[in-house]
Amino acid sequence: MPTKHLLKIEDLHHSFGSNQVLKGVSFSLNKGETKVIVGPSGTGKSTILNNIIRLVPPDQGKIYLEDTEITATKKINEVRQQIGFVFQDFGLFNHLTALGNIMVGLTKVKKMTKQAAAELALNELDRVGLKEFSDSYPSQLSGGQKQRVGIARALAMQPKLILFDEPTSSLDPELTGEVLKVMRNLAEDGMTMLVVTHEMGFARSVADELIFMEGGHIIEQGDPEQLFTEPVHQRTREFLFQLTDLYGEGGA
Amino acid sequence: MDNLDLIQQALPYLLEGTVVTIELTFWSLLIGIVIGLPLAFGQVYGNKALKFVIAIYERLARSIPLLVMLLLLNYGLPRLGLRIPVFRAAVIGIGLRSAAYQSQIYRGAIQSVGGSQLKAALSLGMSRFKAFFYIIAPQAIRIAIPPVANESAIVLKDTSLAFTIGVVELLRQGEYYIATSNKPMVIYLTVAFIYFVLTTLVNGGLSLFERKYQIPGIGIEGGHSDAY
Amino acid sequence: MGQIFSQYYPLFLHGLGVTIFVTIISCFSGTVLGTLLALGKIYGNKFTSRLVTIFIAIIRGTPLLVQLFIIYYGLPGYGIRLDPILAAIISFIINSGAYQAEYLRGSIQSISANQLKAALSIGMTRWQGIIHIILPQALRRVIPAWTNEFIYMIKYSSLAYVIGARELMTEGKLLASRNYQFFNVYLVIAVIYLLVIVIFVYLFRQLEKKVTIP
Repeated sequence: MPTKHLLKIEDLHHSFGSNQVLKGVSFSLNKGETKVIVGPSGTGKSTILNNIIRLVPPDQGKIYLEDTEITATKKINEVRQQIGFVFQDFGLFNHLTALGNIMVGLTKVKKMTKQAAAELALNELDRVGLKEFSDSYPSQLSGGQKQRVGIARALAMQPKLILFDEPTSSLDPELTGEVLKVMRNLAEDGMTMLVVTHEMGFARSVADELIFMEGGHIIEQGDPEQLFTEPVHQRTREFLFQLTDLYGEGGA
Repeated sequence: MDNLDLIQQALPYLLEGTVVTIELTFWSLLIGIVIGLPLAFGQVYGNKALKFVIAIYERLARSIPLLVMLLLLNYGLPRLGLRIPVFRAAVIGIGLRSAAYQSQIYRGAIQSVGGSQLKAALSLGMSRFKAFFYIIAPQAIRIAIPPVANESAIVLKDTSLAFTIGVVELLRQGEYYIATSNKPMVIYLTVAFIYFVLTTLVNGGLSLFERKYQIPGIGIEGGHSDAY
Repeated sequence: MGQIFSQYYPLFLHGLGVTIFVTIISCFSGTVLGTLLALGKIYGNKFTSRLVTIFIAIIRGTPLLVQLFIIYYGLPGYGIRLDPILAAIISFIINSGAYQAEYLRGSIQSISANQLKAALSIGMTRWQGIIHIILPQALRRVIPAWTNEFIYMIKYSSLAYVIGARELMTEGKLLASRNYQFFNVYLVIAVIYLLVIVIFVYLFRQLEKKVTIP
């Protein structure tokens, strides 16, 4: 097949001390795809995302962004500009307004003029429905609003793909919907996304592929509908239905 | 009424001493910053050996009474062949003590900004230097203002100990005047009043500064999202 | 240095004993004074509260050394002549009381008003509620600040030297002015303070671990 993978992960290993959380994980992501990783806590899902942009460098394995080997490059800051990251705890800069949070990467990293950065930042805020909150500081926003600013900040950098690290896990249940809706729109607009989440409704209806992980391995991956209805492994079924019970189908 | 006359007569001398007290405070705080900041960086970003050495320094400077440090400097430096004026000896002693406390303030401020802020900055492609400069430092400075104000007031009051090694600052000027007037209470109360005005100014000035650069969510009630 | 200590250790130990005695008396009495001040500031009427606030601000805003001089050299002009140790202890208690009052006030105010309401709801009077419900919690929370204050007081009790109260510093000075080994004597004293403070810091950490209530 001629299509080149946008992101390719080969045989990823990672340990925290004596605790081996990733024991050889491989998968890839094509342009425009949305893949969702699910699995029990402590199974290394977030570690994969942190490995990808080397916030936590992997012990072993290779990761490619198109032709660049991320795991070997000396220009990691350039790679990070091309990959958006949305944090579980939002990661908004507390001393900057919503607009400032989006602008700081544009002006300090991408060297855009203040004016151009402000214009782009406002557009992105509008896209997540928060134009009127541009002057608010993080402490003045609700969790859902914070996360939408976080997404807008990632978007403004015009990344090739965005990594979502449990973007709704820190939110009260009634606030997850607004964030999932923004993510769903992004997927429909053709953004490439890799999402770690427990939101089964989102996974089932938005993901092109679902990856089920446990104990540091990928147990099963494929079409979400198929994983829900006819999983190959009994364990997959158990887990998915447990989560659906816990979190419901709701949100998106 | 004669007390008021006395104060009026003493005031020029006391104000002369006040200037020296302010100078002592200024130079001591400056030494405290110049040494305290690198110590804080060492404590946060340094390797184990460096952290250990800094911890020892801080333990020493925080354990030996300032009075003992001043006397040691006063009697010790000449033994090393260094004859320096008492003013400088006082500034060194007070400054070295303050450096240890300021180091702890800056370290605490940097650490309370939290790893998740650094992570978020790196995720945008910032270098570590840029992340520190644009993201960590602006928040850390705001967090550090109230404790730095407090430390400044402590240093200001501690300069009165320079009196014991013969620096002619506010308290010593008061002593001189008491020797001639023999009215200790009036003079000491005046001296105390001047110190009170100075500490109030230090605290007031810094809290003005604090309010001017106030950002909702940063400061005493801030410091959230430290989960990483 | 070691020689000086081994030759004159009874002198140093006596001085150290006085230093620790002065520190303990000052700190504990400071807690009593601080508690009264804090209660006066929070629960007192407008006048009391205002008065206490001003008193605390003045004490915290002026050097301990000046306070010591006022008590030792200032009061005799009004017929109050104090022994140096007593003068030192009184000024330390006042000073420490003002600082402790501020810690305690913060601690009391951090305990929710519901605690007092709950006390009233089971039929306690206001003062019973404050003494039996609020204060025990507030005092426990203030332990880290209190131990800090204690360490400060060990160091600042050395100021008693300027009025000749015979604690560690003064004993050292008297010795040095006899044998002219100022530097060596002060070095011994520095080491003694260092050891004592390291020991107290260690003890207090153990204590804090023990009394922490989740």
